[in-house]
Amino acid sequence: MQDCLTFKDLTLGYNRHPAVHHLNGAVRMGSLTAVVGANGSGKSTLMKGIVGILKPMSGSCVVAPGHKLAYLPQQSELDRTFPARVIDLVSLGLWPQRGLLGRHRADDRRRVGEALSAVGLEGFEKRPIDSLSGGQLQRTLFARVLVQDANLILLDEPFNAIDARTVTDLIALISRWHGEKRTVMVVVHDLDLVRQHFPEALLLAREPVAWGDARETLSSANLLRARQFHEAWDENAPWCPSGTTATPTQRSALSSDPLQPENAA
Amino acid sequence: MSILFEWIVAPFAEFGFMQRALGGAIMLSVSACPVGVFLMLRRMSLTGDAMAHAILPGAAIGFLFYGLQLIPMTLGGLVAGVVVALGSGFVSRLTIQKEDASMAAFYLISLALGVMIVSLRGSNVDLMHVLFGTVLALNDEALTLIAMISVVTLASLAVFWRALVAECLDPLFLRSVSRLGPPVHFVFLGLVVLNLVGGFQALGTLLAVGLMMLPAAAARFWTSRVAPMCLLAIVIGIASCIGGLLLSYHASLASGPAIILFAGAVYLLSTLVGTRGILASWVRPSLHRTA
Repeated sequence: MQDCLTFKDLTLGYNRHPAVHHLNGAVRMGSLTAVVGANGSGKSTLMKGIVGILKPMSGSCVVAPGHKLAYLPQQSELDRTFPARVIDLVSLGLWPQRGLLGRHRADDRRRVGEALSAVGLEGFEKRPIDSLSGGQLQRTLFARVLVQDANLILLDEPFNAIDARTVTDLIALISRWHGEKRTVMVVVHDLDLVRQHFPEALLLAREPVAWGDARETLSSANLLRARQFHEAWDENAPWCPSGTTATPTQRSALSSDPLQPENAA
Repeated sequence: MSILFEWIVAPFAEFGFMQRALGGAIMLSVSACPVGVFLMLRRMSLTGDAMAHAILPGAAIGFLFYGLQLIPMTLGGLVAGVVVALGSGFVSRLTIQKEDASMAAFYLISLALGVMIVSLRGSNVDLMHVLFGTVLALNDEALTLIAMISVVTLASLAVFWRALVAECLDPLFLRSVSRLGPPVHFVFLGLVVLNLVGGFQALGTLLAVGLMMLPAAAARFWTSRVAPMCLLAIVIGIASCIGGLLLSYHASLASGPAIILFAGAVYLLSTLVGTRGILASWVRPSLHRTA
């Protein structure tokens, strides 16, 4: 099976301290992978590196050509006080098709409506986002991912502070995407959830600890190793002797002309 | 009826300088108020104030070489504003420092430089002109400049509207689907500079920011959607200009401050009686819905 994402000696970080250190490997097309690890182990940093928001300190991250990417950041990145309605937030997902200037057509509005139905938020179109509960907001953001119609989906901690029923509904959506052969990577903290619903897992502790079958990856030995890695942080750590050259994340899906709709359908 | 006509219409009908002041102020409102709404929504309300100070040295250099001439002072202000916007923007994006701190540093340097340059040549009267403007002395040049700035601003807002909203609401999402995030930020700062420069001939560097921010802040108490908020801010801006000019005419008050004080009064009233204001939050509704 073809690879969708390839990491070559990828190091990402802040202020010369790596948050993801020398990651090698590939994410297969159509795979469903949980990214697990303690707080500060590099999970969100890896997501930002894949999206291209964070440039590699060394190595590279390559998205295979023809992939349309949808990224759901952590909720804390969203300004919930902004005067927008549910429909405005979900319609942002039309950006890959309509870009900066393209008109939203009747068909687009229908797709937005269908996405809201799929996440169980019919009738919420005109609700201001500052009146939504945490679970409703997360459903709204999943609806936006649906509208994006991407084949590489990155979800950063989508189940944080979400009730059990919403988690079940969102997991069903993720399984649906997996069934549709989309590639999905999800940052998750709940290891039981990973064992139950995710075929593959990547265990990070700054260093990649294990990557492969979810149950094997989450073995006690690996989890113990992850904890040892993670706690070995040092402000004055010596310089890493390996590679120093960086290649920015290659996003064949992104247009070079910012005024054109990107990933045009 | 005739008293109303005498108070409200006659000053504008009879005097050319009042018509020009009204025309300039309305164009400024149409242009600057939506920019103010986005400044407020991006939590950069005080950035407008900082930028207003920042354009002073450029205007002062124009003044130093050419005296009280519109074009050199405007161009100077524009260059100074862009330098400060880009400088503080780059420092905040490339270093650990947040934009509020870098903006404060750049504008304080800029302001000190401006005051020093003005004091090299001018009197306090000149400094007052640069700081507080003369809306009642707008000439053709100034009106043309304001009209051009209005057109550029409205066109830019129309083109970048979707990106501006996305950048405010969910900047990381925008960065994941487009490379427009950083450029849009700088285009927006450019619009802020442009409108402050357009406003400084009429209202002065310090009061121009008042017409930008007060109607926007007032509109926030009445609506919870961006487009209606921009329209309402424009209406409040225009009403403040008309009200302020009439107040200045009838009570012989300084016109610029009168306009800003009028906008300030609308703001205070809105905080009190707006549908999202203080009174609304105190009033216990008599009915509530089942779900």
